[in-house]
Amino acid sequence: MADISANFLGIKSPNPFWLASAPPTDKEYNVRRAFEAGWGGVVWKTLGSEGPPVVNVNGPRYGAIYGADRRLLGLNNIELITDRDLYTNLDEIKRVKADYPDRAIIVSIMVPCEEEAWKAILPLVEDTGADGIELNFGCPHGMSERGMGAAVGQVPEYIEMVTRWCKQYYSKPVIVKLTPNITDIRKPAAAAKAGGADAVSLINTINSITSVDLDNMCPEPSIDGKGTHGGYCGPAVKPIAMSMVSEIARNPETNGLPISGIGGVTTWRDAAEFMALGCGNVQVCTAAMTYGFKIVQEMIAGLSQWMDEKGHASLDDFIGMAVPNTTDWQYLNLNHITKARISQDDCIKCGRCYAACEDTSHQAISMSEDRTFEVIDAECVACNLCVNVCPVEGCITMETLAPGAIDARTGKTVEADYANWTTHPNNPSATAAE
Amino acid sequence: MTDPMTPGIAAARLSKEALAENFADLHAPYAPHEAAVAADRCYFCHDAPCITACPTSIDIPLFIRQIQAGQPEGAARTILDQNILGGMCARVCPTETLCEEACVREAAEGKPVEIGRLQRHATDVLMAKGDHPYTRAADTGKRVAVVGAGPAGLACAHRLAMKGHAVTLYEARSKPGGLNEFGIAAYKSVDDFAAREAEWVMGIGGITLAQGMLGDDLTLDGLTAEFDAVFLGVGLGGVNALRAEGEERAGVEDAVSFIADLRQAGDLASLPIGRNVVVIGGGMTAVDAAVQAKLLGAQNVTIAYRRAREDMSASRYEQDLAASKGVRLMFNVMPKAVHGNGAAVEIELEYTASGPDGLRGTGETIRLPADQVFKAIGQTLTTDAGLAVEGGKITVDASGKSSMDRVWAGGDCASGGDDLTVTAVAEGRDAAEDIHRVLSA
Repeated sequence: MADISANFLGIKSPNPFWLASAPPTDKEYNVRRAFEAGWGGVVWKTLGSEGPPVVNVNGPRYGAIYGADRRLLGLNNIELITDRDLYTNLDEIKRVKADYPDRAIIVSIMVPCEEEAWKAILPLVEDTGADGIELNFGCPHGMSERGMGAAVGQVPEYIEMVTRWCKQYYSKPVIVKLTPNITDIRKPAAAAKAGGADAVSLINTINSITSVDLDNMCPEPSIDGKGTHGGYCGPAVKPIAMSMVSEIARNPETNGLPISGIGGVTTWRDAAEFMALGCGNVQVCTAAMTYGFKIVQEMIAGLSQWMDEKGHASLDDFIGMAVPNTTDWQYLNLNHITKARISQDDCIKCGRCYAACEDTSHQAISMSEDRTFEVIDAECVACNLCVNVCPVEGCITMETLAPGAIDARTGKTVEADYANWTTHPNNPSATAAE
Repeated sequence: MTDPMTPGIAAARLSKEALAENFADLHAPYAPHEAAVAADRCYFCHDAPCITACPTSIDIPLFIRQIQAGQPEGAARTILDQNILGGMCARVCPTETLCEEACVREAAEGKPVEIGRLQRHATDVLMAKGDHPYTRAADTGKRVAVVGAGPAGLACAHRLAMKGHAVTLYEARSKPGGLNEFGIAAYKSVDDFAAREAEWVMGIGGITLAQGMLGDDLTLDGLTAEFDAVFLGVGLGGVNALRAEGEERAGVEDAVSFIADLRQAGDLASLPIGRNVVVIGGGMTAVDAAVQAKLLGAQNVTIAYRRAREDMSASRYEQDLAASKGVRLMFNVMPKAVHGNGAAVEIELEYTASGPDGLRGTGETIRLPADQVFKAIGQTLTTDAGLAVEGGKITVDASGKSSMDRVWAGGDCASGGDDLTVTAVAEGRDAAEDIHRVLSA
């Protein structure tokens, strides 16, 4: 039986599934229930400075994108940081941590970009006994208008500066949560590392308008006829998050910096994928907000089963395994030739591959009178679109041509050797192969 | 107080509540979310097989996509452009042998996209708005007689009216709708749908409904003299004989008459039905009569068909529907005699076998109790009105043109095509297009 216990920055948790800083972790009541349900850790909903707490809108805070049967694919929100009193939160954190010593509790913090503000709150947080802090440099709505959240995360110098303060005034691990609303995610990650961060977590939510009310001509969620962008999350953002994670994991400047993966984790598989790209654990929010805390049971069972099937005894056995295989386009093997293959036994004759290829790709699929669809090797560039649009899983596959075979499209013999764009004759900057 | 065990033919075998439940909608309409989920199953196939399988060639993937995109009214327009009786066809089409049989998901999973129910959803939404969605072209000054206000006649009249022609729509019965109104099972057309749809179709304007019957008060000579063109959609008014001894006994009735009476009954409890009912035939009419006899409270209902199950023209779905309601299906039996003392008491059936000379009796017989025997062994043309006929039907070409100049025909009375509502609609529509072409020349 695989050991799925996690050790992230020395913070131990019985599994790598943490609840992200968000409404599910806003108070003691929820967090206790989350731990009872099996969550390995929580990042407590972001605390602000002492004083009157922030206020939230009193209209809708969420907007959504749906798939078939109203499956929630993407969620956005315009909720701010905790709107409860600082000391109420601190007291609760202390109590819960005392009762759940085996679970991770991280405190998310967002205070103004002033040393005094951080110097004031950090000892209070330290006193709770929580395992670490997460700096919220990511929320893209509301707080960013006040110079916090994503407004900090978009300026690497600020990240480095604040991180340094935190390392100075706080003794336990400091995790920097990054915003994806930036051109190059490697820069804020490097700044966090330079400031002494123990880890980064990403992604925070993405600027988004989920829909427009066409009757009232107003973005959703609409508050009295007006809308604003919110932060987008849920299954729809996972590909964006994984790309950003991989960029940090494989950047020589940040390689090895621990990462807590966030963004659309819904099942064990999502978690395993993030971890394969270098994350030491994952944080979950939308899936819990959609289905409740119980989903962690599937994640725990699923990850454990998969690890057993693959022979991974512990998380370290597969964390980061996909990083070496994540590369730049220019290093992809141009001598790797594949062709689409349609299984006539599995084909249900819907013709979607034909329509897609004929109308929008390379006219490489033929259609007969009796609706038999076949690949024309002489035209097929192996783009994979037919595979992607085919409704039958496994019906269309990509066959790799063996070295020595002739590519009917180019008439050339498939070569065994690896060759990429950097040495390709069409590349004006090609370095001559010696 | 009567019940299913009451001997002979009796009314009110079931309570009003039981009857109401029995004759409720066979398929409940979709709620909007159900429709969205059902629509999402459509793969939007290229050159979709379902379109080819539809006699009216409705662009099914397009209308389903319109439902999915939140516009059932637009979906209905896509349907009605091809088939103005799309609402009824959604209810009565044997989709299991047409579009849904061709659906690639039927081949793949045995569970096709529910095209019929989706079509009903779209057309119901549009019709509930009340407005007629089509407008007429400018008046052409041409006048066309359409004889028979069944599916073929209504479709023809609508298309002609849309083209700007003035249509006089003759109907022999008290109301329009034809077999939609008088000839199909009540649970397929609840809430007076056939009448509402006929009225809605005529809502385009330019159609004058008139009483008239070909061969009775109407003659083809008179019609061609008065009108620029004539379309005959008169259906098949006659019923084939059993050719069995004792056929004249009380209790031996036409299935179509039984169904028509049932469809027009204000109170189902007032309809007399036998304790033991035997329906002779193997088509949709046989199933409709048998199932409804059972739903009225008959204790034992049997469909007796002279050939094998696979030869039945009623689909497997219809057979299973009958079986699920408690109707017994007998194959390879033909009526030999109806026995009784005045009224029918028993039917004697002879087993059949197929041989080199076709179907013949084996000599072995079986007797079933039978207070009522419904004949559902096919219908016949009442009058050919002097037109060329083939196979007992008015000969027409691909565009519906008969052997006589300026006379077209379509629906069950005309040659070619299955005797289905949807086929009648296609033939009426196509004849209208041809009439319009000729009148515009």
